[in-house]
Amino acid sequence: MSQNGELYVHRTADGATNIRIAGSWRMRDALPDPESVEADLVLSPQPHSVTFDTDDLTTWDSGVLTFVTRVVELGHARGIQVDRSGLPAGVQRLLALSEAVPEKEDAKATEADASFLEKIGAGTISFGLSVNEMLAFIGDASVVLFKFVGRKVRFRRSDLLMLTQQVGAEAVGIVTLICFLVGLILAFVGAAQLQQFGATIYVANLVGVAMVRDVGALMAGIVMAGRSGAAFAAELASMKVSQEIDALSTMGIDPLEFLVLPRIIALAVMMPLLCLYADFVGILGGAFIGITMLDLSFQTYMQQTADAVNLVDLVGGMFKAFVYGLLIAIAGTLRGMQASASSAGVGAATTSAVVTSIVFIISAAGVFSVVFYVLGI
Amino acid sequence: MQNNAHITVRNLTMAYGDFVLMRDLDFEIKQGEIFIIMGGSGCGKSTLLRHLIGLKEPARGEIFYRGESFTDASPEHRDDMLKRFGVLYQSGALWSSMTLAENVGLPLGEFTDLSPSDIREVASLKLSLVGLKGFEDFYPSEISGGMQKRAGLARAIALDPEVLFFDEPSAGLDPISSKLLDDLILELRDSMGSTVVIVTHELASIFAIGTNSVFLDTETRTATAIGPPKQLRDHSDNPNVRRFLLRGDGGSAEEVA
Repeated sequence: MSQNGELYVHRTADGATNIRIAGSWRMRDALPDPESVEADLVLSPQPHSVTFDTDDLTTWDSGVLTFVTRVVELGHARGIQVDRSGLPAGVQRLLALSEAVPEKEDAKATEADASFLEKIGAGTISFGLSVNEMLAFIGDASVVLFKFVGRKVRFRRSDLLMLTQQVGAEAVGIVTLICFLVGLILAFVGAAQLQQFGATIYVANLVGVAMVRDVGALMAGIVMAGRSGAAFAAELASMKVSQEIDALSTMGIDPLEFLVLPRIIALAVMMPLLCLYADFVGILGGAFIGITMLDLSFQTYMQQTADAVNLVDLVGGMFKAFVYGLLIAIAGTLRGMQASASSAGVGAATTSAVVTSIVFIISAAGVFSVVFYVLGI
Repeated sequence: MQNNAHITVRNLTMAYGDFVLMRDLDFEIKQGEIFIIMGGSGCGKSTLLRHLIGLKEPARGEIFYRGESFTDASPEHRDDMLKRFGVLYQSGALWSSMTLAENVGLPLGEFTDLSPSDIREVASLKLSLVGLKGFEDFYPSEISGGMQKRAGLARAIALDPEVLFFDEPSAGLDPISSKLLDDLILELRDSMGSTVVIVTHELASIFAIGTNSVFLDTETRTATAIGPPKQLRDHSDNPNVRRFLLRGDGGSAEEVA
């Protein structure tokens, strides 16, 4: 007897189709193509019934089940009676079990075949709703912020301190690395151009002004979006999964006060400080190139930077960082609070928090550039 | 509402968007009762609980506590009412960044004028009531699921609530732990005089501690039976209720190969 499944279809004398399956019918074996059965069933004259012969069937698993189900469906579609009495008792019982609960027709996904226009419409509506939700959240957060000024909020001081440490002190390492390298890259780009005019000393101006006005805040912001924005979203979303947020609400503690507010404060306070630090490290990165490749002395480089950068630039940059901090914290906590209560929801919230923060930051940076230009700062 | 009804649910309809989960729920929970909300999986038991504790708003109808409307209460008034509730969530829902003592102590710190050392003492007491003495400085992730549930109970009773809500207290517990939790619920009810509302489909618990119950029927989308569980089992004229309470032995031909 062969190892693989075999399939023979033939018409009996009384006009029935007999299907003989033999050998080993398992999903991992090479199973014969059920097409020959299909071909026989459409052959005229149409058989009045289908019978099975499984005397030579050695082993079987769901491979047989799917085959028989297919035959039953084919027979059903053509009004041919399928006699299952020739099947092994186990197969018969499993088939009966699978048919015990009728198929729920409306349970199948219907949205899959929505038309292109429909999808655009649905997308627009859901975008509108999400903007609405975002504005509502920002509104609620502002109310809580005002309450904070009036000292009427509930959160634990120790939480705030811990968060401040997490988003501030613990981010120093990565900010150092990124901003040193960005300063270095800016210096390279500048040196290549300025060398043509023999004006390499102006690399210090370029790096200094760029870092202090924009790049320091931007880089700190992007690092914090990936670091703290994502952390906030993941933390709040998993608190939602484990019903910790429900537990706060039913205790009469507003999660916005208890969880969202300290995160916003921590990030808004630490971002300008990180920005200041980022500016400094970026300038050092530029100086490194200035000294090693452009034959400038450290003093000259620093003097040139100090002449180029003024206090307004510095404070402007720190103000931008403050705003970016608010935006990152709002995006992170918003996505966390909106998350659906599942582990997939946590992942989606984290991704969306980072994307939202970065979009917010870059848009804000664009707005700032225009406004600062118009104001002549 | 002159009787001793503690919680009154009037014509409550629960819905997610357009999808109506249950309609026209109408029942009362009396002071000191152990009230069971039962029904098949997905029938809306937990959703009903979420309505009772204000996590979800009714699509229609109202909920009253001691005759005062909870549904129409102002946010401040509702916060006051919430402080008289204790809720034990399905998985404990302990705040994972805090130790057990901090978990139990948080509501005390927020809503009482106790000093930190008094709070710590009360928290230890509550933890000892649920058999977790000595675990004050453990984090939720460091203890077992059954212990987390008990710690959740300690937090729920921190403020000596008038009503205790339980969402599937025995889910994920072995029969012995589940029995111990039932005994604990009885003990707390007797000693603190709280009203207890339990969402469960654990028949052993239902018959062991339930003094009254409501059965939510998925097919008719409403409450089909209200009464003490044992009485419903023996005398209900609704086949669905009896089948549920008899573990399917009540009539239907549910074939299992």
